[in-house]
Order: sequence, then structure tokens, then C-alpha cells
Amino acid sequence: MIRFDRVSKVYKRGARPALDRVSLEIEREEFVFLVGASGSGKSTFLRLVMREEQATSGRVYVAGREITALSQWKVPGLRRRIGVVFQDFRLLPGKTVFENVAFAQQVIGRPRHTIARDVPETLELVKLSGKEKRLPHELSGGEQQRVAIARAIVNRPAILLADEPTGNLDPSTSAGIMQLLDRINRTGTTVVMATHDENIVNQMRKRVIQLIDGEVVRDQEYGTYDSAEGLDDPDAGGRARPGGAGRVGSIPAGATLAETMEHTPETEGGAA
Amino acid sequence: MTRLRFVLGELGQGLRRNLPMAISVVLVTFVSLTFVGAAALLQMQIGKLKGEWYDRVELTVWMCPDRDKPIVATCAGGEASQNQIDEVRGILESDGLAPYVQEIYFETKEEAYTALQKQVGDLDWFDRVTVEMMPSSFRVKLADPTQIDVVADEVSGRAGVESVQDLRAIWEPVFLVMNRATALSIGLAAVMTVTAVLLITTTIRLSAMSRRRETEIMRFVGASNFFIQLPFMLEGALAALVGAALATTTLWLGVRYGVEEWLSSSVNIVNDYISTADVWLIAPGLAVIGIAIAAVSSIVSLSRYTRV
Repeated sequence: MIRFDRVSKVYKRGARPALDRVSLEIEREEFVFLVGASGSGKSTFLRLVMREEQATSGRVYVAGREITALSQWKVPGLRRRIGVVFQDFRLLPGKTVFENVAFAQQVIGRPRHTIARDVPETLELVKLSGKEKRLPHELSGGEQQRVAIARAIVNRPAILLADEPTGNLDPSTSAGIMQLLDRINRTGTTVVMATHDENIVNQMRKRVIQLIDGEVVRDQEYGTYDSAEGLDDPDAGGRARPGGAGRVGSIPAGATLAETMEHTPETEGGAA
Repeated sequence: MTRLRFVLGELGQGLRRNLPMAISVVLVTFVSLTFVGAAALLQMQIGKLKGEWYDRVELTVWMCPDRDKPIVATCAGGEASQNQIDEVRGILESDGLAPYVQEIYFETKEEAYTALQKQVGDLDWFDRVTVEMMPSSFRVKLADPTQIDVVADEVSGRAGVESVQDLRAIWEPVFLVMNRATALSIGLAAVMTVTAVLLITTTIRLSAMSRRRETEIMRFVGASNFFIQLPFMLEGALAALVGAALATTTLWLGVRYGVEEWLSSSVNIVNDYISTADVWLIAPGLAVIGIAIAAVSSIVSLSRYTRV
């Protein structure tokens, strides 16, 4: 679904590259954690997938197409196949929950009857039915993030990119968000989540790709993450992944934990 | 349909949010287009004044008409005879003047009467004018207008010639004033147009800033560049169109009450004034210029402020 072929990104000439010859492949329907400290290149990775930025060298493939050479007018088409969620939600403050989600469909010209069908369906999936008419500031942080997720998936993208989606949320609220992302992943959406929240990574036991200073230092199935750990200890809690393609069965290990989370009562306060 | 409603909604929101700016854009466009329109109308008036003769004729040789009392000595013999007319024609067509004269047209008394009738036929005093009172004349187009004296000297003072008139000498000061006024209008229009472009650019930048969140999300969910930029472009275009409408209204009122009502009744030497019909003629041009101003501003600012 996403393939990086010796991709480097240098923002300022002469500066240390934000990504340094990164090669990796993320398969369809995979759930991948992108971990690393701030400035390790996680966000740059996501921005390259969306063609927010262009690679300085190397090739990026998304959904079978090379996007490094994509002409500018085809970029919107690429982005329609990708949903994005951010740490700061980025909802439109003047629009209701329903309007915020519908916005993503309106601006790409979806007909009204499609919007009338898809938006309530998506809001139900993120468990926000009944709050359609609320404004973002009337919602808790977790609820706001659910609206943002609904907006990201309402157009049924093949890929969901999440840039520290739980960064502003307390642990129990985060668990609810993770449960939701996991459910979205099971419906066939490839999910790539950048995070440095080790608890979440360790609970979910998904594939973990660790970046340090723009280089992939670890790529591991059912991986864990210890933010204090340095370059070493590649086998911590998981099986080292042979680089490149050919991946099978990603769900089982994390499933039990995800299931346990499903019974976690939602205790969201006004965390906004 | 969804798209159209959505774009119009965004447009309305943008205008509400930025109302004082939108108003100033409208006003600046309005003033700029009024000057453009005024310049165009002045030139149209000049065109009407020049009439059908001016650009073809530099020199008019008036032959003596049938007057009770001749006003010049050369007309002592009364109305110019056919011989005298032939003599003048002979001089004008002579080899000596051939390098200076390009074209000669002889206007008979009857033609002069018809032309006058066409111009002022509906005025009271015209009833007392007869064909016999009209002078016949030679209209002469010169090869080189600066050599007018050479030709004038040859024919003036001859028997049967009442006067030799340099048509340009009469109208030139009038046209000079009008052309200066046109230049002034165009100059002011240019300044106002630059102001309009800068102001629209600033307005678009402001509204792009205030809609940064929206445009960012639009980009993320894959809205096309055109769709993202459309509300901004429409905002500019709408302001420009309202400005053009105001300018047209102002010019219309000016011509209706300034020219049609006042000038044409108080200044009689000119018969052919511009009318409100001429205002309608230039109105589409003003709209086009207004939209062009908005388009240029949009292109400049959007490429800078709504990165894709």
C-alpha cells in the first residue's frame, strides 16, 4: 500500500536530513506504529505519503502508484484515498459535528444524498450518534478526536494516517481512540499511526517501525516501544521483521488486548 | 448542485467576515472604473465633434454666398460664379499644388443645406434658412497638414473666395482640452487600478488567513485547487462587478443630467453630444476591466497565500 524506496528528505540544504534513505513497505490492511522521539522523522514520513512534501531523493509509492513524480493537479486525487488525523483535531469551530464531517464530502463534490447517508453512518461508527448538532467546543477532547476521525474516514480512504492522535488525550480516552482505530483497521483500512506513547504501542502489539534521526532503526512485528531505549535492543518484546515485503497475519497478537479495551468504560471528561 | 450551494455558502461567509474590506474593494473598483469610463466617454465625444469631415479635411475654401451685403471685398460681385469656382478648382488641382493636396471635395449649396438641415433642422431659426443662403465650398485634404499655408495663400484673396478656413485651428484647442482631460482620467484610473489590485490582493490574503483552517482541511481531504480557490476568486469578481455597476450608474447619471439635460441646452454650438446610450455601450467594457482587475489580483495572491 505504501512503499518507500531509499527515500531521503532534506528540508534545508546542508542540514541533517529529516529522513535518511528510508526503505520500507506497508501492506494493505496493516496497522503500523511509527515511533520515535520528536524530530525523528515521523511527521515527515506522513507528509511524504500525502505529498505534502516531496522527497529529495528516492521513490515513494502509494496505492500502487509512484507519487514522487505525480503532477500537481493529480495530488488531490491521491489525497482522496488517504484520511488524516492530527493531534490537535483541527475541527472547524463554527461548524457542528455533522457539518464538520460533511465538509470533507462537500469539498470534493459528493452529492447531497451521499452525504445524508454517509455522515450519520460514520458518526455511528465513531459512537457519536446523537451529538450531530453539537459544536466542537461543547465536546470533550476524545469526542473531538472522534469527529476528526469520522471526517478522515467518511470518504472511505484506503489509508488512514494518524499523527499522534492521542497526544492531547488522557490514557483512558486514548484507549477508546485506539479501539476505534483498530476497528477501522479491521474494516480493511491501512492505518499508519505516528506516536511516542509507549503504553499504547505496548498494549496494541502491532508492527512497530522506529525512527531515530531520520533512519529506520527497528521494524518489528507485534513490537513494543520503550521511549527511553536507544538504538539497541532490537528484540525487545517481539520478533525482528525481515525488511521489505511478505507479511502475513498481523491481527492476532494485538487482538486480545484490543478486545480487553473494548470493555474499558469510557470515562471522558472535558479534556478539551 | 451541492458544490454550487457550498461555494456560495463559503462566499457569503467570507464576505460577511470581511465586510469593511469588501466594501472598500467595491469603492476603489468603482472609482477606478468611473475614471476609465469618463475617459472613454470623452474620447467618444471627441469622435462625435470631429464628425465626418474633420479627419478628412484640413482646409475649407468658402466661396461667396448670396448675401445682401458682402462682408469681404472679394465677394463684391455677389455669389461666386461658376467661372470663379472653376478657377479655384483649377488652382487646387494645378501641378504646382499637386504635392501638397491629397484630395478635393466640392460641396454644393444644396449639399451644404442638407448637411445643416441634418444638424439643426429641428431648431426654430432653421425655417428662415434657404438653399440660396448657403455657401458652396471646397474641402481640401492635405498631403502634409503642416504645409497648410502654402495652399491657403494660393486661393485666399481671389475673387469669389469669401474665406479660407483652417478647420483644425478652430477645433484644436477644444480637442486639446478634452484630450488633456482624457489623459488625466486615464492617469487617475491607472492609479486607482493599481490601488484596487493591491487592495484586492490584501483582501484575498486576509480572507485566506481567516479561512486557513478550512483551506488546510480542504487540501487534506483532496479538494481540487480550483475548488479551494474558487470562493476567493468569486469574492474578488463579485466586488469588481458591483464596482462596475456603481461606475456605470454614476456615468449614466452624469450623462443623463450633466450632458443630456444641461450641456446640450446651454451650450448650443455643439449639436452632437454623447448620450446615455453611449454609457450602455461602454458598460460591458467596464465590467470586463473590473473582472480583469480582480482576476489579476486573485492570481497574484492565491498562488502566494493558498499553497497546495
